[in-house]
Amino acid sequence: MKRAFFLLPLVIFLIIVGYFAISLRPGHDSHELPSAMISQPAPGFDLAGLNDGKPLALDTLKGHPFIVNFFASWCVPCRIEHPLLMRMAAQNHVPLYGIAYKDKPEDSSRLLANFGDPYRQVGIDRDGRVGLNFGVYGVPETYVIDSAGIIRKRFVGPLNAEVVDKELLPLLKQLGQS
Amino acid sequence: MDKNGRRSPSLPMITELGHFALILALFVAVIQSTVPLIGAARRHVGWMAVGRSCALTGFGLTALAMLALMHAYVVSDFSVINVIENSHTDKPLLYKITGVWGNHEGSMLLWVFMLSLCSAAVAFFSDNLPPALRARVLAVQGMIAVGFLLFILLTSNPFLRTFPPAPNGRGLNPVLQDPGLAFHPPFLYLGYVGFSVAFAFAVAALIEGRVDAAWARWVRPWTLASWCALTIGIAMGSWWAYYTLGWGGWWFWDPVENASFMPWLVGTALIHSSIVVEKRDTLKSWTILLCIITFSLSLVGTFLVRSGVLTSVHAFATDPERGTFILLLLVAAIGGSLTLYAIRAPALKGGGLFAPISREGAVVLNNLLLSCGCATVFLGTLYPLFLDAMDGPKLSVGFPFFNRTFAPMMVPMVIAVGVGPMLAWKRGDLLGALQRLWVAYIATAVTILVAWYVTYGGPVLAVLGLGLAAWLASAVLTEYAERIRLFRIPLADSVRRAIHLPRSTYGMSIAHFGLAVSVAGFAASAFDKEAIEIVKPGGSIAIAGYVLTLDSVDHIQGPNYTAEDASIRVTRDGQFVTTMHPERRFFPLQKQTTGETAIRTNLVTDLYIALGDSDTAGSWTVRVYWKPLVPWIWIGAVIMAFGGLVSLSDRRWRVGAAAKAASGRRASMVAAAGE
Repeated sequence: MKRAFFLLPLVIFLIIVGYFAISLRPGHDSHELPSAMISQPAPGFDLAGLNDGKPLALDTLKGHPFIVNFFASWCVPCRIEHPLLMRMAAQNHVPLYGIAYKDKPEDSSRLLANFGDPYRQVGIDRDGRVGLNFGVYGVPETYVIDSAGIIRKRFVGPLNAEVVDKELLPLLKQLGQS
Repeated sequence: MDKNGRRSPSLPMITELGHFALILALFVAVIQSTVPLIGAARRHVGWMAVGRSCALTGFGLTALAMLALMHAYVVSDFSVINVIENSHTDKPLLYKITGVWGNHEGSMLLWVFMLSLCSAAVAFFSDNLPPALRARVLAVQGMIAVGFLLFILLTSNPFLRTFPPAPNGRGLNPVLQDPGLAFHPPFLYLGYVGFSVAFAFAVAALIEGRVDAAWARWVRPWTLASWCALTIGIAMGSWWAYYTLGWGGWWFWDPVENASFMPWLVGTALIHSSIVVEKRDTLKSWTILLCIITFSLSLVGTFLVRSGVLTSVHAFATDPERGTFILLLLVAAIGGSLTLYAIRAPALKGGGLFAPISREGAVVLNNLLLSCGCATVFLGTLYPLFLDAMDGPKLSVGFPFFNRTFAPMMVPMVIAVGVGPMLAWKRGDLLGALQRLWVAYIATAVTILVAWYVTYGGPVLAVLGLGLAAWLASAVLTEYAERIRLFRIPLADSVRRAIHLPRSTYGMSIAHFGLAVSVAGFAASAFDKEAIEIVKPGGSIAIAGYVLTLDSVDHIQGPNYTAEDASIRVTRDGQFVTTMHPERRFFPLQKQTTGETAIRTNLVTDLYIALGDSDTAGSWTVRVYWKPLVPWIWIGAVIMAFGGLVSLSDRRWRVGAAAKAASGRRASMVAAAGE
């Protein structure tokens, strides 16, 4: 009995290691989590627009491939990613839509006022429910959704220039042609 | 730009020398991890002594490797891939050097360098250690070094070359060019790696099957030193986030911050429980477990940051292969030591018994709360990962989770920190202690009333938080006054007592007082005021009694950036206070804009200005924050670390002369505990 007690730390550790091992399995890159949502229809949403803008709804976005970016003003990595989003919006005219995840609307709009607004539209996901439906694991996360509303790719964490140029933009182009 | 880029061929060998030194260090570490261990088992003096020379040689070799890499950065040797990716001729020299550890490969080299530094320090300062224990400690350290050296050489070699050399580097991330960010990793690593010594001592003790007061006395200085470094490292990271990110926040519960915070929490528990082992010869197997967990969390911290399992600002490596390697390393180190623990720890004999209400009991409570706090942070950081691994429903844990779960656990702890030191060992008198704390009640009540009056209508919890800080600070002072019997005996006698108090006692009081100062800083952040306004030059913003006038915005040229530099005149009641200069910097190579906040502090409140965008009409968005007591967060952390150092100075003296300790009381206590 007493011995079993001393085994406990080892048992707990092995369980944790098991989880680590699973999340490192081949093809399980954390930047492109093979989410259960890939190739699935994106969960529907109809969010109030930021700054009294138009509501952001999945149904109105369908018809063209587009990108959804979850962000928040309290999110540090989002700040790193932000210049890249600005570049994508300015140079590549990417149809980029933002969802302000678990964020106060005034904070979100202040963020965009200060650092620039790369989004065509921003929806307010105050309680994180849309994020929950998408399986957002932490902000920032970026989803590529095709014209039929099917999720094609998911990027976890801040995007970087290489990922954008080599994966995201080509994928978007390809989706736009087909 | 070729001026620097072409200089490298004249000294082509240095990089290779570093590379070879690192390979040699691996061989030395293999010897260090085996020969002394066998020597200790067979009681062979010569074999045991090998550990010492290996540790010193290993240190020399890794230092050489580190210097070689630094050299490549300083001369901008763009035939080294690592330098191409992380440096640039336009970088200021300081950031060329700090760039060495600003990337994955270099930071792992720094890790190993720190590890060999610790091993060398153990080898150097361990004259009074039994040779077998020393041999085993060094062998365990050698094993860790083998793991990390293999990791570097096989998966993350910073010395790889490329041909032809690149004309210039690519690494000029302006966000990383900052003193706070440049210097906090070495401190964090010193903390992480320092805990490897406690870990090695724990494993050696498990192998020997013996933990006693002497063991605790040897471990304590190492634990304290690592804890101090980690405290400073975390504080620097938080301070960096505060002044860089431009939102006035100082802690984001970001996975990487949590990764450094978890070993700190358990390490804090460890420095307390090891006192109990030392003085009362009990809580042994628990302390051993804490040693293992603290270092394990340091490794997990490294793993979290390096493997890309969790992503964050500070994380530079995302490569699953490396992750797999580190996972194997973790299994070997943590799994191995916990297996040893499961086998050997039940045999460790517990020593003195104690009543629940006693100094030991208070330490147990402290340990429980800190461990639970750590478990909470661990869960919050990794929970999304666990769910993801099961392909289950995905959940997201933001900072609201931590604020709601972690803070309530720390409140009883801070209250208990005030009472614990008042209790006697073995059996304490809680009621008596609580009565003797009457000054603290008054101080707490007065603080709460004053804070409530001043901030009438403000957040109630923050007022109570200030009360908590006042409670702790006054309890610490009461405890100190009692020790020197202030006002009970003539003042001169009190002064004499104060002079003769052990430094460790001072260390404790100082560190606890530092915690009180930080708690006040945490609590007062709820009183922040902010003003975000769009102003034209000449316009002004009013906040908390200050009037800030935007005089002008000038275009200035930095070494590798251009900047918009705002001159903001600060006045209070018409009196000129200062001029502040927040900037927005544009780095043309990176096409990146960063903000430089301007902070004016009087050590009690901060005035914090960040410059936002301008519009075509020449107006600027200016964010101003008035943040009372925020500097106390870091001042408190520095005080805590200073307390640790003061305590450390005492311990070193005691380690040096433990056997012949003159002080009768302590000598008899040590002798009694040692039996």
